[in-house]
Amino acid sequence: MAEMSFRDALRLTLREELLADEKVILMGEDIGAYGGSYSVTKGLLEEFGEERIMDTPISESVVVGCGIGAAMGGLRPMVELMTINFSLLAFDQIVNNAAKLSYMSAGQISVPMVIRMASGAGSQLSSQHSHSLEGWYAHIPGIKVAVPYTPRDARGLLKTAFDEQNPVIFIEHTALYARKGEVPDEDYAIPFGQAEVIREGTDVTLIGYSGSVYQALGAADILAESGHQAEVINLRTLRPLDVETIIASVSKTHRAVAVEDDWKFGGFAGEIAAIIMEEAFDELDGPVARVCGADVPIPYAKALEQAALPSPQQIADAALALF
Amino acid sequence: MTQLIDKPPAKELPSDQLIELLRKMMLIRRFETKAAEMYTKQKIAGFLHLYNGEEAVAVGAISAVNDDDHLLTHYRDHGHALARGVEPERIMAELFGKDTGVSRGRGGSMHLFDVEKSFMGGYAIVAGHLPLACGIALANQRLKNNRIVLCIFGDGAVNEGEFHEALNLAVVWKLPIIFMCENNFYGMGTDIRRVSAVIEVYKRAAAYAMPSKQVDGMNVLEMYDETLKAAERVRAGEGPSFLEAICFRFRGHSMSDPEFYRRKEETQRWRELDPIITFREKLTKDGIIDDDAFRSMEAEIEDVVNEAVRFADESPDPPPEALFTHVYKEDA
Ligand SMILES: Cc1ncc(C[n+]2csc(CCOP(=O)(O)OP(=O)(O)O)c2C)c(N)n1
Ligand SMILES: [Mg+2]
Repeated sequence: MAEMSFRDALRLTLREELLADEKVILMGEDIGAYGGSYSVTKGLLEEFGEERIMDTPISESVVVGCGIGAAMGGLRPMVELMTINFSLLAFDQIVNNAAKLSYMSAGQISVPMVIRMASGAGSQLSSQHSHSLEGWYAHIPGIKVAVPYTPRDARGLLKTAFDEQNPVIFIEHTALYARKGEVPDEDYAIPFGQAEVIREGTDVTLIGYSGSVYQALGAADILAESGHQAEVINLRTLRPLDVETIIASVSKTHRAVAVEDDWKFGGFAGEIAAIIMEEAFDELDGPVARVCGADVPIPYAKALEQAALPSPQQIADAALALF
Repeated sequence: MTQLIDKPPAKELPSDQLIELLRKMMLIRRFETKAAEMYTKQKIAGFLHLYNGEEAVAVGAISAVNDDDHLLTHYRDHGHALARGVEPERIMAELFGKDTGVSRGRGGSMHLFDVEKSFMGGYAIVAGHLPLACGIALANQRLKNNRIVLCIFGDGAVNEGEFHEALNLAVVWKLPIIFMCENNFYGMGTDIRRVSAVIEVYKRAAAYAMPSKQVDGMNVLEMYDETLKAAERVRAGEGPSFLEAICFRFRGHSMSDPEFYRRKEETQRWRELDPIITFREKLTKDGIIDDDAFRSMEAEIEDVVNEAVRFADESPDPPPEALFTHVYKEDA
């Protein structure tokens, strides 16, 4: 076991993929000479050269489309979209091409590619730079969505993403990049659709993904003070979703709180709540609670921004209301 | 299956290949007219965009590139698929929504795919396939497989951001692509002169320092020759080229278009330049084809198209369980 940051775990994996397969290429804005906006690709240009680590113009749509085409043509591209906010300019390519080509061509075409993007609020970047749109991507059949929380997840899920024959949206919460954690030394991969019970408990299930797992764990600490043992689930992938682990936990605790930074209205937490009601209604002692971002564009001022995001206290309060 | 022998310029094409160009244009025309008939009989549903009038563009251009060069096009794609040699019966079956169609009934008219023939698809989001062309070309460049990409789109695509993003990237990375705009002057009912700051589309490529040229899209030999020249340059690694084919669609945008936006006289003027009639006249004058040969070719094509309809009609619908297959590529 080595301790390393989320960022380093990603870089290590990218480097291994580049070494293992000549067909792997990385494309994105400022991933080369600049070293990546979040330093994930730092040093790779120097090691692998411009043919493999390709700085692109600021043209999100053609960069993603070019990645899709490169995958169709036999390469193994990874496209980095600086942040999820800018992915909106490539949304058409992701939804109308990446997610559709296998189906519309009846399997004649496949799109083995990884699209990485940073996500989330909390850095006082105001409304245009603070989106959490994981749920939008999870909505779309034809793509897969990975949302790592720990450095171990980052490495294991990215490995799986590169083994995939399908387009994978790989979303990294910016607050996680510098966080450290144990990463196994040996080669390993984390299969998609396998959530982690990151804290065991018997009284209430807190379900989160990516950065929101951190808030859920904070809430579990608060709940422990009042004698309630919360179980915390780190989903790891939203599509495919590990329904089994969620249902098993809720069948044990009989209470559930779904947590996410994204807006509540029409969001992924609602999906989790619906699935629990469909599959384990009789297990529930009360309604599934949701703690999500406030229904506003994310503001700049620190006090306002913090108020817009789910806090451990809010999550704990929502859980306590179920007892 | 890269051809070993270089393709000759139009003036050196042997008679049988000249006749083949005419035959392909006639096949497209007959196929499209039959498709219209089948649409009115409700055998075909959805959007149906016909290629009548533009046959010389597809046949000239696609005959000038190699069979394994990648081809991507827009939703008005039957002509391109036929010119590439995709079987008429499998195209008709796709229009009928049948399991035997090229896309097994998932795509319909706008989304024909035949990857074995390097026909990488018809795309229905205007300009959405230009970025894909860049990527396939990038793969070809890296794999050094001597294949280039022919990417076809309409005049409506040139005001989309993706058009500009793709042209820029293709030049910066010297990608082996021929961008080919079919300028038929209308995007649905909108005259290009009403919505484009620069209506000579080929000039736009100059903004990206890309070699570009306007070509007579009603003349199959000119289309062939200019595409051949562009392909040579592109294949030699000199980066992308741009062609603007001036053409006209004889019918409405799709089957539901009453054509309120243009005058009959305009269409009539273009019909006088009919690429099939004019090319037949040329071949007759040059002594390459006589009336008998033309008529027997017509009869042969009639049979091919009727057979395509019969095949499509008798083919089974996709089975209900096909609904959930191919959303993802199943792991090996
Ligand atoms: C992004 C997008 N916007 C609008 C449409 C609706 N639409 C379909 S075809 C078309 C006209 C395109 O014209 P052009 O590119 O000139 O091709 P043509 O039909 O003339 O062959 C429009 C606006 C679309 N399919 N995609
Ligand atoms: Mg047009």
